Amino acid sequence: MTKLNVNGRVHEVQVDPDTPLLWVIREQLGMTGTKYGCGIAQCGACTVQIDGQAVRSCSMPVSAVTPAQKITTIEGLSAASTHPLQQAWVALDVPQCGYCQSGMLMAAATLLAANPKPTEAEIRENITNICRCGTYNRVIAGIKRAADATARRG
Amino acid sequence: MTHIASASRRGFLQASAALGAFTLAISFTEEAAAQGTPSALATAPGATMAPEINAWVVVKPDDTVVVRIARSEMGQGTLTGLAQLVAEELDCDWAKVTTEYASATENLRRGRVWGDFSTGGSRGIRESNEYVRKGGAAARMMLLQAAAEGWKVPVAELAVDKGIITHGRTSRRISYGKLAAAAARVTPPDAATIRLRDPKDWKIAGKPLPRLDTRDKVNGKQVYGADIKLPGMLNAAIRACPVFGGKVASFDAAAALARPGVKKVVQVGENAIAVVAEHWWQAKTALEAVNITWDEGPNAHVQQADIDAMLAEGLDATQAFIGNRAGDAAEGLAKAVRKVEATYSFPFQNHATMEPMNATAVWTAERCDVWCPTQNGEASLAAAAAASGHRPQQCEIHKMHLGGGFGRRGWQDFVTQAVLIAKQMPGTPVKLLWTREEDMLHGRFHPITTAKMTAGLDADGKLAALHIRISGQSIVAGIAPQMLQNGLDSRVFQGLAQGGNEFTFGYGVRDLLIDHAMRNPHVPPGFWRGVNLNQNAFYQECFIDEVAHEAGKDALAFRQALLSGAPKQLAVLNAVAERAGWGKPLPAGHFLGLAAIMGYGSYVAACAEVSVSRAGEVKVHKITAATDPGHAVNPQQIAAQVEGSFVYGLSAAFYGECTVKDGHMEQENFDTYQVMRMDEMPAVESIVMPSGGFWGGVGEPTIAVAAPAVLNAIFAATGKRVRRLPLRHTDLKH
Repeated sequence: MTKLNVNGRVHEVQVDPDTPLLWVIREQLGMTGTKYGCGIAQCGACTVQIDGQAVRSCSMPVSAVTPAQKITTIEGLSAASTHPLQQAWVALDVPQCGYCQSGMLMAAATLLAANPKPTEAEIRENITNICRCGTYNRVIAGIKRAADATARRG
Repeated sequence: MTHIASASRRGFLQASAALGAFTLAISFTEEAAAQGTPSALATAPGATMAPEINAWVVVKPDDTVVVRIARSEMGQGTLTGLAQLVAEELDCDWAKVTTEYASATENLRRGRVWGDFSTGGSRGIRESNEYVRKGGAAARMMLLQAAAEGWKVPVAELAVDKGIITHGRTSRRISYGKLAAAAARVTPPDAATIRLRDPKDWKIAGKPLPRLDTRDKVNGKQVYGADIKLPGMLNAAIRACPVFGGKVASFDAAAALARPGVKKVVQVGENAIAVVAEHWWQAKTALEAVNITWDEGPNAHVQQADIDAMLAEGLDATQAFIGNRAGDAAEGLAKAVRKVEATYSFPFQNHATMEPMNATAVWTAERCDVWCPTQNGEASLAAAAAASGHRPQQCEIHKMHLGGGFGRRGWQDFVTQAVLIAKQMPGTPVKLLWTREEDMLHGRFHPITTAKMTAGLDADGKLAALHIRISGQSIVAGIAPQMLQNGLDSRVFQGLAQGGNEFTFGYGVRDLLIDHAMRNPHVPPGFWRGVNLNQNAFYQECFIDEVAHEAGKDALAFRQALLSGAPKQLAVLNAVAERAGWGKPLPAGHFLGLAAIMGYGSYVAACAEVSVSRAGEVKVHKITAATDPGHAVNPQQIAAQVEGSFVYGLSAAFYGECTVKDGHMEQENFDTYQVMRMDEMPAVESIVMPSGGFWGGVGEPTIAVAAPAVLNAIFAATGKRVRRLPLRHTDLKH
């Protein structure tokens, strides 16, 4: 049995230890917000947080995660889509097809947690996720908007 | 109606039996064109769908309006745009509008009441706007009629706003939701009598409204094809022979079958092996343990250099299909005071949708159900019917949200595979998901072409003669050769065509010849977002820039002088030049480049602002873009499509290239098939300038001007011409 703490809940799963965390989240735990895009940590569609750090879960064997580590997926980013980034995404109509956006949001949330007021250059350097629809400019605008909203709230 | 229904059904059955899904889609389209647009009127609603006022509109008792959508939403915003058009004529409350996909099986049963399901060619809105608006208008008329009958007053005395009908004289009011049942029984109006609102009076259409499908995309709830879960469902991974045309010779599944979770190892068609397991990762890893011997066939010896040589030969071949001709190009070139010549080339590209190909199927002896992200529900239905051995009426396509399409999901190979797998496990739902590697190896690739451009200048430095010889692949020859016209593929000339209302060559050149030496490699071609407009705009707009430079003329003025016969193309060109500050001082080291073309019925232009370091590093600072799509149904979504088009177009320009080795593609993932990321994304300013009177598409045309605008700016910065894409082949040190 493998124990995983995902979105504040402890799950026990029976799984081959080599299985990437992505597939455990999607299949054994049934949370499909985290996406498969490339399987080689290139595209970032599978991005989740482990203890607050952005991790590309397609290339992280589940055996490398300890029961004490806290995993956050898109489903756990907020209880009711109220994270400032989610609100900004809706306000600016950021997604097109939307497939990459869970990963984008998790990468952006990680950036803002470490750097609440990133410059545009910092955003461009930090968010390396691929979006084929081409939402990059709205992602940048969304991160800035979320940062501003958070700053206003103090 | 009876005649239409039976004709559709006959065409459907013939096509699905004999020719397969793609041809079916074409034959449907032609048949629809022959019959005129689909009726906006209701026939009996199908058992699988909610009660309706007519085919397009369902109003629930709580006043929620469900607009039925036939085209597929893959990020391009057509779901929202089409709903706006229906809601506009329905006069309902936009805040209460939701959508649902129409069923392809129902469409077949009801004489194609929803028309064409094919979602490509930037056609979603431009080709269905009239009949979906009539659908909304007919529903409004039926609701009004129901109110008039209920109140026993003339319809003319009623007013309607946001789904509330009022009768002023008696101060009565009633909402659509309370009338829906009665309205459904009203005799539908004659489609010919329906008057549509003038776009200048639009209240819902034409407005930059937020998309209807955003909320679930920010919290992980949006269910894509790859996310479907069904009770008892198993998961499959697949590997087809990497060499195009190759087959399975034999396979040994013993080791794979011994692995955990594995249920079955099956051959799929002639060329693929799939492993079905409890979980996908088990299937994927077990597949690697299947010992497959391929019969790679004759293509196993084909190298990229062979294909390049095949295309190079076509540049000077005597036989070619003529796509556009005026005057006498040979004579004009012979008389020219000065000649300019250059050869350009554009490689194979993979769509690389973020969501790899997938489909989920369950087969029984009685029926077949498929859940899939598809750009054409009807083509999926035909593929499911053909693979299942059932009649189409026994099959159902459950359209799922698409994680990108870009043309790839018009093909139905993944549907065929999923059904062929499910058929070997009756009653068990099986989800087939391709790996990224499978997706890269078995794309339907952007066709490869090369072009020899020859221009003749007269004594005034004006472009007097032009010969564009295209050599290379025809998509139509690859997928539906029966659609060729005496061998000619007219789609090769997108953007270079003589007349028409979609892809007209805009420049006025006295002696003109644009022809195509068809050279078809073994690589399966496909419609890749923008299709042939992409390379044609690259050839045309970079070469025009060269000719202007050789003539010693300003690149804008040179184009303007040639565009007097194409005022709308001129207008978008002028718009970007003015907004970007063409001819005005720029920051040190910054240079501008222009491109303009007509495609998919719209006029588009771009002006790129670029700097190139001495070491050759390109930085695209900003792109100013203009689009005249005739009517703009949602300007905000058009702007989003324009922004995204630069990412798609510049990904191809900078990095995109698939190359052939031993008959198969060499690039298998994003590490070797790089795409543009955020650090390279330029600012985009989008000018949406609808001039009215026509309907153009917006999902694709702007892609075509991305590369030439940037490359022309790179020339201005470095003096270096980039004639072979992708750009990474050219050393821009200067």
